[in-house]
Amino acid sequence: MTDQKTSVQRPLSPHLQVYRLPLLPLMSITHRVTGVGLAFGTIVLAWWLAALATGPGAYAIFSAFMMPLGGLALLGWMIAIAYHFCNGIRHLIWDTGHALELNSAEKAGYAVLAGWLVLSVALVAAAVFFWAT
Amino acid sequence: MAQFTLPKNSQVKKGLHWKAPADQMGESGKARKFKVYRWNPETGENPRIDTYEVPVERAGQMVLDALIWIKNNVDSSLTFRRSCREGVCGSCSMNIDGTNTLACTKNLNDIRGDVGVYPLPHRPVVKDLVPDLDQLYSQLASIEPWLKTDSPAPSRERYQSVEDRAKLDGLWECILCFSCSTACPSYWWNGDRYLGPAILLQAYRWLADSRDEATGERLDALEDPFRLYRCHTIMNCTKTCPKGLNPAKAITEIKKMMVERRG
Repeated sequence: MTDQKTSVQRPLSPHLQVYRLPLLPLMSITHRVTGVGLAFGTIVLAWWLAALATGPGAYAIFSAFMMPLGGLALLGWMIAIAYHFCNGIRHLIWDTGHALELNSAEKAGYAVLAGWLVLSVALVAAAVFFWAT
Repeated sequence: MAQFTLPKNSQVKKGLHWKAPADQMGESGKARKFKVYRWNPETGENPRIDTYEVPVERAGQMVLDALIWIKNNVDSSLTFRRSCREGVCGSCSMNIDGTNTLACTKNLNDIRGDVGVYPLPHRPVVKDLVPDLDQLYSQLASIEPWLKTDSPAPSRERYQSVEDRAKLDGLWECILCFSCSTACPSYWWNGDRYLGPAILLQAYRWLADSRDEATGERLDALEDPFRLYRCHTIMNCTKTCPKGLNPAKAITEIKKMMVERRG
């Protein structure tokens, strides 16, 4: 048998480290991040509503856990759902085979960002309004 | 599973700095820096980034011209694939300036500042800019990229109407450079099971062919949570394709065919 050296382990070429990520992939990763965040946030939201319905005791426990950051978390949740909702509509359009050219996909992306801004402002304004009254 | 960092043996180290030979300097005395990924299987050391200074008068028009100049004049050990030098063979696909493309059609004037040159992302490296593409070739074979028919062969060619032939435009032009598949984060994380944009575009090329009679069988083979459905419309594939094709749209068309055949 020949003295065969075991082949060196090949390195993996750089990926995220070198790849330039333009608008479309950044919006895609934001969709994923907001989706995961909303999944957790919705559990907390459900807990909040359940605590509200159960009574002062349960609500006190919820408050003790969530109070310092509760408002901030709710703000984040609203902004996240605004994004996920708007971009979700773009996904539905994509599923029909439309807006898949580079130009139209990017245009739709800007529309999503605009819609996100409007919806976020509206949600936060509504929240502040109900908080105040 | 997604691993966002590079394994230990793949982390890139600082490399050598190669000055241009004095007799090669042009009238302006200006040189452009090329930062090129190097890995030598014989030493087994970690990959490194070498910096080559290329006189602007010698760099030529395309990135490939500059790489060939470096190989001829500075460092003959620099290894890369190339063949046609005009964007039809797909050999010189690599990551240039942060995007996958063909070195032979990437104009140096389209890049600002130093020119970063890496192998196609998230592939095992054979040497320097040469990635191991075996996985992609075997995935291509898995979709059986040839005309399949049950009906008896006619005495002449299988005819196709002008309209049916037009359905293949934007598909047949693919040169299998794999810029798209190696630009796809989904393929980075799940490339062992997800077929990726290049292969799915090829799959659709046969699904869309009016002469092919194996549509149902082909769709059956793709109906899988990973093979087809790891596409999340990130659109890096379409953004990066050096031939201006649209794999993201081809994948959506396959998904539509899946829904439509359910009736």
